[in-house]
Amino acid sequence: MSHAAVADTHDHDHDHKPKGFVKRWLMTTNHKDIGTLYLIFALTMFILGGAMAMIIRLELFQPGLQFVQPDFFNQLTTMHALIMVFGAVMPAFVGFANWMIPIMIGAPDMALPRMNNWSFWILPFAFTMLASTFFMDGGAPAAGWTLYPPLVLQGGQNLAFAVFAIHMLGISSIMGAINVIATIMNMRAPNMGYLKMPLFVWTWLITAFLLIAVMPVFAGAVTMLLTDHYFGTTFFNAAGGGDPVLFQHIFWFFGHPEVYIMILPSFGIISEIIPTFARKPLFGYVSMVYATAGIAFLSFIVWAHHMFSVGMPLGGELFFMYATFLISIPTGVKVFNWVSTMWKGAMTFETPMLWAIAFIILFTIGGFSGLMLAIAPADFQYHDTYFVVAHFHYVLVTGAVFAIIGGAYYWLPKWSGNMYSERLGKIHFWWSTISVNVLFFPQHFLGLAGMPRRIPDYSTQFAEFNMWSSIGGFAFGLAQIFFIVIVWRTVKGKGTTKATSRVWEGAKGLEWFIPSPAPHHTFQDGAPVNDEHLAHVSSH
Amino acid sequence: MSNPETSNNDHNQYYVPHLARWPIVGSIGMTLTAVGAATFMNSETAQTPVLMYLGFATLIFMMFGWFAEVIKESETNMYNPQVDTSFRMGMVWFIFSEVMFFASFFGALWYIRNMSVPWLGGEGIGLFTNSELWSGYEGVWPTNGPADVGGKFELIDPYHLPLINTILLMTSSITLTIAHHALVDGARKKVIGWLIATVVLGATFLFFQVEEYMEAYQHLDLTLKSGVYGSTFFMLTGFHGMHVTLGAIMLIVITVRMIRGHFKPESHFGFEAVAWYWHFVDVVWLGLFIFVYII
Amino acid sequence: MNRKTNCFKNSCKNFLWLAIGLLFSSFAFAEKSKYNMTEGVTEFSKQAYDIHMIVLWICVVIGVLVFGAMIYSMFAHRKSKGVTAAQFSHSTTAEIIWTVIPIIILIIIAFPATKALIKMEAPTDADGKNIVMDMTIKVTGFQWKWKYSYLDEGISFLSTLKADSNAARQANPTVDLYEVENYLLDVDNPLVIPVDTNIRILLTADDVIHSWWVPAFGWKRDAIPGFVNEAWTNVKKIGTYRGQCAELCGKDHGFMPIVVEVLSKEDYANWVKQQKGEQEVAEVKNNSEWSQADLMATGKTVYDSQCAACHQTTGQGMPPAFPALDGSTIVNGPIDEQIKTVLFGKQGTAMAAFGGILSESDIAAAITYTRNAWGNTAKDAAQPQDVKRIKNS
Ligand code: HEA
Ligand code: HEA
Ligand code: HEC
Ligand code: CUA
Ligand SMILES: [Cu+2]
Repeated sequence: MSHAAVADTHDHDHDHKPKGFVKRWLMTTNHKDIGTLYLIFALTMFILGGAMAMIIRLELFQPGLQFVQPDFFNQLTTMHALIMVFGAVMPAFVGFANWMIPIMIGAPDMALPRMNNWSFWILPFAFTMLASTFFMDGGAPAAGWTLYPPLVLQGGQNLAFAVFAIHMLGISSIMGAINVIATIMNMRAPNMGYLKMPLFVWTWLITAFLLIAVMPVFAGAVTMLLTDHYFGTTFFNAAGGGDPVLFQHIFWFFGHPEVYIMILPSFGIISEIIPTFARKPLFGYVSMVYATAGIAFLSFIVWAHHMFSVGMPLGGELFFMYATFLISIPTGVKVFNWVSTMWKGAMTFETPMLWAIAFIILFTIGGFSGLMLAIAPADFQYHDTYFVVAHFHYVLVTGAVFAIIGGAYYWLPKWSGNMYSERLGKIHFWWSTISVNVLFFPQHFLGLAGMPRRIPDYSTQFAEFNMWSSIGGFAFGLAQIFFIVIVWRTVKGKGTTKATSRVWEGAKGLEWFIPSPAPHHTFQDGAPVNDEHLAHVSSH
Repeated sequence: MSNPETSNNDHNQYYVPHLARWPIVGSIGMTLTAVGAATFMNSETAQTPVLMYLGFATLIFMMFGWFAEVIKESETNMYNPQVDTSFRMGMVWFIFSEVMFFASFFGALWYIRNMSVPWLGGEGIGLFTNSELWSGYEGVWPTNGPADVGGKFELIDPYHLPLINTILLMTSSITLTIAHHALVDGARKKVIGWLIATVVLGATFLFFQVEEYMEAYQHLDLTLKSGVYGSTFFMLTGFHGMHVTLGAIMLIVITVRMIRGHFKPESHFGFEAVAWYWHFVDVVWLGLFIFVYII
Repeated sequence: MNRKTNCFKNSCKNFLWLAIGLLFSSFAFAEKSKYNMTEGVTEFSKQAYDIHMIVLWICVVIGVLVFGAMIYSMFAHRKSKGVTAAQFSHSTTAEIIWTVIPIIILIIIAFPATKALIKMEAPTDADGKNIVMDMTIKVTGFQWKWKYSYLDEGISFLSTLKADSNAARQANPTVDLYEVENYLLDVDNPLVIPVDTNIRILLTADDVIHSWWVPAFGWKRDAIPGFVNEAWTNVKKIGTYRGQCAELCGKDHGFMPIVVEVLSKEDYANWVKQQKGEQEVAEVKNNSEWSQADLMATGKTVYDSQCAACHQTTGQGMPPAFPALDGSTIVNGPIDEQIKTVLFGKQGTAMAAFGGILSESDIAAAITYTRNAWGNTAKDAAQPQDVKRIKNS
């Protein structure tokens, strides 16, 4: 057996998964179980956030007020974004990190397993608290996910709950990130040098750094909201010498790195999938690492491109415009490297590869609109319109979410031991990819034609494209039912075949040398890593 | 394979605990605290945040339980040097996150002093802000804003209590370092002595800090509500004070552990973590002393 | 080797054709369509449009090349064609090329962008002299209306969503929105400005952040409470231009449109004269004693346009955010308290200080109306003088 070299298979009876639900899931310290918990949680939140998006699209299906009141509409928009960002995308990536990083670097588990459990188990509590604001007097926060004062301070009861929920999410993210860093820096198997690590591990290392750097800043910002509202401070009140725009600076100092937190691990996933199905080593591995680091660095000095219209001094506007331009360069390097990886390969197009290819094209389109937004004099026209909404859904949905779905198809056989149905997977892919473009592409036109974002009703000239967008939205939502069904059937082994340990013909990396499903404990005594096992060996 | 039942001290094996009972308790404690605090803040009638205290108690219970478990494992040699490194990294990055938390408040202070207050006073792009909305306002620090929020207030003289406090904290960093050296040298009695000195210095600092707040509230009319000066002053020093409190508690814990015979000259992560934390708190104070009190 | 270059050349040619084809088909669509950014009627809007188009095309070309290469590869380099995978994994030359070319492109974009930005923020004429502003208008955002003050003329008025749009936007509309002209994009009192004039616009807000945006003018700028932002415009074409508030400002953010009427200089002068006349009438109204019936009639109009957004026409409000006035203790209590509430607002809530927004007579009328409408039977009246007295005390 090829995997015997690295996997600890000699004591399968030692595989002891704890018995009983509470011990297995509530008290687990196993990185795979915690990874599973994160992934299930993320999917649940995706459905919840998606359900809110469906109501939003339903209301916007035609002009006039049909289903929800304006105030509730704003609550939905706000909570949709908070749930998708903090509940779906980020936890999904942490789930991948938990499952894959220890396996990929040959570690027995995450570095701090107990804290790992805590990172996860804060989340359900925090989100219950956040969601409970819907049932309070005055409802949920309704000032947008950006929580700008003074509007957010008019929120009433929900403010304290939202702020504390955000504190808890922050604590969870920081602990998760610390764990990832400690694992990667301290737990690599002998012979697993930094420049031999899979790119997914690299992108997560840098993401974790971003998380630790900016989540506390966000916590600070919302703490100032809290004290402004309840304790009479005036950070954001001109009468007392403060400035509402100060909040925006702090928020975006967090917020812009935050959007890269949601895309860097996607880059990692795509960089795993493409070489596998092109049967060719990743092109420009080292430049990929530098590009990731470059993006992370730049992400700290571009934040005010979200604030071109607040009336900054000219020098500030120019600086932030130029700095934002620069991000296109390392991101471009990534895109070109992926294409070069495919070039002259011997490609096959299994479902994960399809998602990865769609990611490259659609994310790049989102990146292009990002570049357009970065041009300050043009952003004066785009800002706070549906053009921005189109931009960030291209990078978030067809970017982050597509990478997550692609990654799920890629590793699901490894996790569950069963091969998903290619036929259903392909239907899911095509249906999603077509409908998601019907959903978000027309929003570019809406924005250019002048439709502001965050409005429950619009002038009749916008009716046609909104209808298209809504139809695309419902179709995209329905397509995700396929995903849920496919995952369920694969995990339960219904209508599936057993997966081999390598799963994909062209797959390289440690995870493909252990059995499928991956045993509960992988490398108990530290994996002896041979260069042949690895996708990237730094000798050129 | 290591687990609590078959504990061993094979240094090649990374200890992976098998069941974590404390995190879920911690999550519940955190939620109780948060819900309790939020409900209390929203209520106009509630007198004591009972739920919040319950949450705190749960969190403290969790910490005792959790740390006790870790200490037991540590003392029974279940950790190899690699585990120790993980802990160190954890602590370093945790402190980095704390640095960023303070950075957000220092950043706010910087922005307010160099941007918003001058603009309100008519400098730079603030010309019309001043003439249309706040004419007559000068925009000089310290300020409680153009609307004189919270009324007239006076400042704390940096060269009295704050200076003493600076000296106290600096000294406490030195005493702690002496204690650390003593620990490496295996001079247990000396360690305990210097640790106690450190705790006393920290506690004195806190005492003076409270003294200063009382002075501010009762005699200087400087409160949290004194416009943006009061906001930044109390939020920065307040969060710092909370961190000193936490650090002092941690110091007490390691003192007790010292007395109980824990820590070895060659491995004493718990001690070092507390020391790092204390030095960090110290550095933050230096920043405060310069940027909040002096400049 | 030769075969390889040939194949490469061929595929390049194919991309080129694909690119050109796409270019033209989208030109037809994008250029003069209502789905693209407007070219507008000011220098800025033209600049924004030009930059937008340049960058759009740059992106299209890069996209066609990159996606083209990728799609080509997907067909040419697939396993089912029996190819074996090459194993190269880097090329310094290639990496330098695709770092340098984007840098050059970005520098090219940066030039017009910088020029446009400087023109907007530090306006100078062709000789580099500062442009002189001919007039100044102060725009104040309120939840959910705009106030326009002509600082040189002493004219000021409020601008809110027009009544027919307002009726059609309700949950159970009494008017069909398709019957409404300019649904949601029309106001009762538009901003009126002269053509070909350098106008300084000062922006501020009273409660939360709003953002003033007329696409045809080419910019938007936030109106921030406690601060004044500066912008300027010079409209080249007479006409009516519409926009909307562009920063989330609460429940009726979607319902605070902006309408600007650009008149010839003569028409504008006439309009100013007429406005001044009306302000004098208002001044007289503020100084006279009103009958109960007049107060109630005017009060209903004022209430429906200024207060009903929050407190509702029925006076039921939308608790808990917006209290009901029907049965409210303040409305049924001592009248001075209510005048204070309306004049000075409630700090930290959506209830604005109407003393700076409405005339004394309007406030008096609205208050009188609330005290005697629905189930409220205070049976008293507020006179403009009462309001003035409390305002000045
Ligand atoms: C995953 C999330 C993600 C990612 C990756 C990005 C990526 C980028 N974003 Fe985006 N952005 C968001 C999420 C994201 N964004 C969100 C959520 C918002 C709205 C927040 C809110 O207001 O609610 C937002 C808003 C936003 C704005 C503010 C708009 C406004 O409100 O007015 C701006 C402005 O500069 C911007 C710019 C960019 C740029 C330049 C990139 C770049 O990183 C893109 C770089 C990529 C490419 C350019 C494509 C590939 C490159 C090549 C093929 C090389 C050659 C290319 C050229 C030289 C052109 N984004
Ligand atoms: C990662 C983040 C993320 C993701 C994944 C999404 C996903 C989606 N988003 Fe969202 N969105 C944001 C982040 C995200 N969004 C942010 C940050 C904002 C800005 C908020 C603000 O302004 O403050 C925003 C705002 C926003 C708006 C603008 C609202 C406004 O300005 O008022 C709209 C409108 O169309 C929208 C739509 C959608 C849709 C249709 C999806 C779809 O992709 C969702 C699809 C998923 C599902 C539908 C769930 C799964 C499906 C099922 C379980 C099957 C059952 C389904 C049916 C019944 C059909 N989003
Ligand atoms: C933008 C929303 C908004 C508008 C417009 C508005 N109000 Fe209010 N009003 C409020 C809010 C919110 C409160 C509650 C303030 C509080 O919490 O004390 C309030 C409170 C009041 C009260 C006190 C009621 C009570 O029982 O506490 C009166 C009287 C009142 N408004 C009258 C008016 C009048 C008259 C107008 C129009 C000229 C008006 N309001 C327009 C939001 C508004
Ligand atoms: Cu005013 Cu949005
Ligand atoms: Cu950004």
